[in-house]
Amino acid sequence: MGWLNILIQGSLLGGIYALFAVGLSMSFGIMRLVNIAHGDFIVLSAYVALVVTQGTGLDPISSLIIVVPVMFVLGYAIQRGLLNQTLSGGLLPPLLVTFGISVIIQNGLLQGFGAYTQRLHEGAIETASVQIPGGISIGVYPLLVFAVAVVAIGCLQLLFYRTGLGRAFRAVSDDADTAELMGIDNRKLYALALGIAMIFTAIAGVLFAIRTIFDPAAGPIRLILAFEAVIIGGLGSLWGTLIGGVILGVAQAVGSALSPNWQILAGHIAFLIILIVRPSGLFPRTRDL
Amino acid sequence: MSLLATKNLSAFYGDFQALFAINVSVEGGETVAIIGANGAGKTTFLRAVAGTLPTAAEMVTFDGEPIGHRTPHDIVRLGIAMVPEGRRLFPSLSVEENLLLGGHSERKGPWSLQRVYELFPRLRDLRHLPAPALSGGQQQMAAIGRALMANPRLLLCDELSLGLAPVVIRDIYQCLGAITAEGTTVVLVEQDINRALDASARFYCFQEGRLALTAPTKNFDRAAITAAYFGL
Amino acid sequence: MTEPERVERATRASRAFAAIAAPALVALVALPWWGDAGWMRLVGEMAYYVALAQLWNLLAGYAGLVSVGQQAYVGLGGYALFYLTGELNINVYFALALAAPFAGLISIPVSFAVFRLRGAYFAVGTWVVSEVFALSASLIAVLGAGSGLSLTPDILRQVAPDRAGRDALLYLMSLGSAVLVVAVVYLLLRSRHGLALTAIRDSEPASASLGVNTFRTKLIIYVLTAACTGLIGALIFLQKLRISPEAGFSINDWTVVVIFMVVIGGIGTIEGPFIGMLVYIMLRELLADYGTYYLILMGAIAIVVMLKAPSGIWGFIVQRYDVQLFPVGRRLVLAPSPQASE
Repeated sequence: MGWLNILIQGSLLGGIYALFAVGLSMSFGIMRLVNIAHGDFIVLSAYVALVVTQGTGLDPISSLIIVVPVMFVLGYAIQRGLLNQTLSGGLLPPLLVTFGISVIIQNGLLQGFGAYTQRLHEGAIETASVQIPGGISIGVYPLLVFAVAVVAIGCLQLLFYRTGLGRAFRAVSDDADTAELMGIDNRKLYALALGIAMIFTAIAGVLFAIRTIFDPAAGPIRLILAFEAVIIGGLGSLWGTLIGGVILGVAQAVGSALSPNWQILAGHIAFLIILIVRPSGLFPRTRDL
Repeated sequence: MSLLATKNLSAFYGDFQALFAINVSVEGGETVAIIGANGAGKTTFLRAVAGTLPTAAEMVTFDGEPIGHRTPHDIVRLGIAMVPEGRRLFPSLSVEENLLLGGHSERKGPWSLQRVYELFPRLRDLRHLPAPALSGGQQQMAAIGRALMANPRLLLCDELSLGLAPVVIRDIYQCLGAITAEGTTVVLVEQDINRALDASARFYCFQEGRLALTAPTKNFDRAAITAAYFGL
Repeated sequence: MTEPERVERATRASRAFAAIAAPALVALVALPWWGDAGWMRLVGEMAYYVALAQLWNLLAGYAGLVSVGQQAYVGLGGYALFYLTGELNINVYFALALAAPFAGLISIPVSFAVFRLRGAYFAVGTWVVSEVFALSASLIAVLGAGSGLSLTPDILRQVAPDRAGRDALLYLMSLGSAVLVVAVVYLLLRSRHGLALTAIRDSEPASASLGVNTFRTKLIIYVLTAACTGLIGALIFLQKLRISPEAGFSINDWTVVVIFMVVIGGIGTIEGPFIGMLVYIMLRELLADYGTYYLILMGAIAIVVMLKAPSGIWGFIVQRYDVQLFPVGRRLVLAPSPQASE
């Protein structure tokens, strides 16, 4: 099947996984919060886009104009109203509250939309492809998604390292108590962090739903894929998350080449191997495992 | 009216009472020292003033305003800044980023990045290095500079001399003079009694959460201080 | 000569509870004679939920290992039963007995991977492991691949020759396993190891500094709960007659509701899971006509409990009335001082 082809397809697949992971990485990096509902928010974004496209006739990518602000506000509100109160209680409250949110979203979507599978339709771009030397065909859409992932991570890097807000995020991530002593309002900052994370979650949700069918129960696997990309790449490093996504994608592509049913399993196995051999990931910045 | 006044300030960590009805007042422009052994409640006192430890509103007043219940970031905006015990610079940030972060509250005043570098020239050379790369003394200077960037009216200094060599401590206390010359009020918490008393006009001695002694520092009998310090 | 101090275990409340619980248990055991199949099914279900909840509570509430992947062992136990009886023709009772050690053994290499992670990361890691098992089961032909396996009538007859006998025996096994699990948890917590666990629950660094081997204790608990969960899983699927990867390793069926039960009832207590299970059954029966709204409601309740009353319903009661029905605590009774007896 050509190893080069597997490498390329797998790497491009890594783009969407990296996009899944960005939001999770942010909320862990800044708030030390592993959002169990993260995958469900990705799926929720897809459903919001579904409603918007059906209601306005916009195509999915254009619908982002509405979906992104909606998810931003939702993220801000949930952090401010709910999750901020869990941060001082130790391990259990954030985990169980986000778990509860996950169950509520899944069952809410089930009650609202039914268990039918859905897809968003963007048109010709979904199947367009370009040929490169070597007889390999690259899908335009996966290339686009990968490019979006790179741009997204690049923007976040700029935010974190070149702006005052990013400086505040990094300070709070280092030492939340001292950050407050510097005049930073942690509660607002956390809410803003989840809001921004939701922007990327929304983009990931819409982009994935164009190529993949989804239903209310599609959240958990997305969480797991995002989680695997973050762990493989190493906590605290956004570019590491991209590389983690690529490695995950390539592992899945290898598995898929052996047999289509092996795709997801191959990714899990690669993740577990890396976990056992190098638990802090490939490019860790923090050591908070 | 005092700039800072605490009235029957009591503070608790859960069920444990760390401060018992502390009455302290600090006038504008003064430098006041708070001395006491480990566990005497000095850091707890500063945390109560800075807002990290919530207390009843009336127990701490700043310029007559009750602030005991206010959040730390609000208190910074009002004009109180802290140099925390152990420096607590942000390890992911460079020296300059740490200083800039100190200015987050955007209060107006005499201190700016330029002026902080004038006060601590060595920091300008080191400004792009990550904070953990600095020596203890340099980190202390950076921590002070970071607090100054908030243009505070009241500067709280928690154990400036902790873990530093005597010659470094001397340099730092010299800079303190330049700070108070701007009119900044300073509260110094120190275990090093001599440094603290030399730098301040008045002192308070804490002992196991209670106020054991307070007096002007000039010519005060050291034996009496020692007795109060150790609760003899 | 003054009386020495002594350590007392039982409390007035626990003695009262024992006095009520004993006859209640007898009545439950006698259910096959005074109740019908529907009752047996319901009480049997309550029993295995209590067992699963106690086990999850032991792991999360005492050992601090919050696992979102215990469904892995439910499925493993179920598949072990079906494979042993169906492929290897082992008697169903032996197969049941083997399910527990099988799940326990598998949990050992699993722990190598997941113990690398802590906190919420550990939770998601256990979930990944469960997914690996589910996916693997769906790929293995001899396990029925995606459609799973069914129990043949021959195997069912090994349980008991007739329907009524089967219903009664399966019910009694469910009840028995719940009693067994509660007894194991209770005795464990009463023992020296239980004291170590409570110490770990309260503060891991502190207990480590006192010489408690936290890693080994946690590993033992993890393997023990995996084995017991495997047994329960085997029993559950023996009654369901069919197993598939989706059903066997379903996080919704075996983990979501169990976690809600423990959290709402009161995490870190033996009494809590009982209360949580009753709340779940009540909500499910009351809202049976409204689809999965009862799950939404449970989720919301769990969130509110976590934010407002993190020790759950039982924790709230304990705080108000300082009561303990399962006496796992220790109270030091001091000797009266000499002056007092004047």
